[in-house]
Amino acid sequence: MTAPDTRPILKTKHLLGIEGLSPFDITALLDLAETYVVQGRASDKTTTLLKGRTLINLFFEASTRTQSSFELAGKRLGADVMNMSVKTSSVSKGETLLDTASTLNAMRPDLLVVRHQDAGAAELLSRKLDCSVINAGDGAHEHPTQALLDALTIRRRLGSFEGLVVAICGDVLHSRVARSNLRLLSMMGARVRLVAPRTLLPADADRFGVEVHTDMIQGLAGADIVMMLRLQLERMSGAFVPSVREYFRFYGLDRAKLAYARPGALVMHPGPMNRGVEIASDIADDVQVSLISEQVEMGVAIRMAILDVLSRGTA
Amino acid sequence: MNRPVAFRNARLIDPATGMDVKGGLLVENGRIADVGPRLFNDAEPTDPEVINCHGQVLAPGLIDARVFTGEPGAEHRESLESASAAAAAGGVTSMVVMPNTDPVIDEPSLVDFLLRRAAATARVRVLPCAALTKGLAGETMTEIGLLQEAGAIAFTDGNRSIANARVLRRALAYAATFDALVIAHAEDPELTKNTSATEGEFATRLGLPASPAIAEALMVERDIRLVELTGARYHFGQISTRASLDAIAAAKQRGLPVTCGVSANHLALNELDVGAYYTFRKLSPPLRSEADRAAMAEGVASGIIDVIVSSHEPQGADTKRQPFASAAAGAVGLETLLPAALELVHDGRASLVHVLGAMTAAPARIFGLPTGTLAKGAPADLVMIDPEEPFVVDAEKLHSKARNTAFDGRKFQGRAIKTFVGGELVFERK
Repeated sequence: MTAPDTRPILKTKHLLGIEGLSPFDITALLDLAETYVVQGRASDKTTTLLKGRTLINLFFEASTRTQSSFELAGKRLGADVMNMSVKTSSVSKGETLLDTASTLNAMRPDLLVVRHQDAGAAELLSRKLDCSVINAGDGAHEHPTQALLDALTIRRRLGSFEGLVVAICGDVLHSRVARSNLRLLSMMGARVRLVAPRTLLPADADRFGVEVHTDMIQGLAGADIVMMLRLQLERMSGAFVPSVREYFRFYGLDRAKLAYARPGALVMHPGPMNRGVEIASDIADDVQVSLISEQVEMGVAIRMAILDVLSRGTA
Repeated sequence: MNRPVAFRNARLIDPATGMDVKGGLLVENGRIADVGPRLFNDAEPTDPEVINCHGQVLAPGLIDARVFTGEPGAEHRESLESASAAAAAGGVTSMVVMPNTDPVIDEPSLVDFLLRRAAATARVRVLPCAALTKGLAGETMTEIGLLQEAGAIAFTDGNRSIANARVLRRALAYAATFDALVIAHAEDPELTKNTSATEGEFATRLGLPASPAIAEALMVERDIRLVELTGARYHFGQISTRASLDAIAAAKQRGLPVTCGVSANHLALNELDVGAYYTFRKLSPPLRSEADRAAMAEGVASGIIDVIVSSHEPQGADTKRQPFASAAAGAVGLETLLPAALELVHDGRASLVHVLGAMTAAPARIFGLPTGTLAKGAPADLVMIDPEEPFVVDAEKLHSKARNTAFDGRKFQGRAIKTFVGGELVFERK
């Protein structure tokens, strides 16, 4: 490997969302992540880049995938990683978010990864803490590392974003993944479509420079990438969607609907999947079509790149 | 297929086009093969069966957009078969049936059941509505997409209002996804709870628990706002007050996809007709003031009210022979829909073409039906009408199982003589 370039890349100290990043920032992050894909596939996966640094994973919502991905990313870079989840923290004893922030700040971490059920929580912490804050999902607002790992997965398969038709399907209303992805993909030149019943589309969705479809077949027509979103089970019993069987019939990705996408179209899902709800098992498990496992691998690489870049200071 | 049928010497009325001319009509294979003023002028057709209409009206069969039956669950009160017999006798060739049965029509398999039962037993077309919320409970939406695929033509909780605006908002947004029609019953459930008349001097004299007439317009106005928010196609099944009429007129003016109906009961009767606690005239919504009744007639004439319905609601002695406040609401009406609507014509308020349009072309347009017209190629659902014949309603002679008519003893003028569904004679007045 050539001598690594360790110059600062981002102008911001925190990664709170895709909003605020430029296409140059995104390209630089993806390029750097490529080197971490290589590192992740080597037999010796660990470096000492972040030796002595402290990374705190603060998760107010249950997460397996994202939390372990950040944990692994931190450890592979040699950082000390501490996981805090809401059940064991003092938040459940009535402490406010800002009190938690002050407490954590006193422990002098270098990087804080936070997931919270309320939109704007990461932003609030970033104003209170001295360290870099990485938003791992705040309410229905943003989940920037998911969008970046999706972008890395797409770029590795298809080369570029320009002119790609990406259909984001499902519960757009409650999805931070959809909001981050549509920001990133639109910025990088892809044509984004949102596909959902009207109960799961946010107000004024058409004001984001995307096509909005309520008919999945029309929404998938000619798509290069089909990105499925998770539908929370509690939203399928009548409040937003009448039933699982109706949702799968009209909005679940099966072979018949996928046939309307471009031949060879690829399928993504941020996980965890509801098989037989938003996606048929045979598609999820088809390695010719599904990028789902690849997304997980790219997740670790992109998070290593982000930890690296935020530790460099601002450009 | 069947022999062709030629209707000669008819007064052809097709509200879909405004046609009102003397002429003939040819039915082949259950469909209208030809129609017009010059048809059969040159030569008497020899091959087909010929029906001489003797100058009587030949119009598209009526579409009754609001019918309650007892099937499934209360067949002793009214089955699809008995309701369809009443429909045929009333010139009604399509019944839009409400989902307020036992069980409630809120499952795709139940829509399928209704369609099969109708095919096996009913003389007229049965167009099932499915519930908008599960169990008509007003809480969670039904499987609108699957129900639509099963054959539900619209979604409604029938004679129940949806009190929760959040539930209705989501149900309307979801319905709009499938371009499904939603039918509303506009009565504020809390204001009307345990009441049986319209608040006012008459109800006060009778000592009846009553609700203010605005209980209807309140819901109409709320629903119109939700239609504006969601873009759903919305039909008020039956309105009964001027305030509702004005709200709907304004909504239509703004281009919202809103339509409405009125029942023949609310066109022909007012609150005073309750008389000495006559429970057959206990309705939901209750009979209104004369001013509101007159507004309904005006609304039909102006076209703001799109359709006239029977709101056919069978009840038995068990539910009607009760003190007024305890009695069930509703009246049968399939056989009196046309005569009651024709009062508007005889009173000089609207033309025959216009009034028939409110029971043919208008409901066909709202529900997206191929019927309700005399156009070539349309299904040969036809009614022959003598618009002048005077008669007195006799509850004992009704064809429906339930006899709870609000019009027993009423003198009407004009009714169906013959009724055809898909070219087949389903009723002939002896």
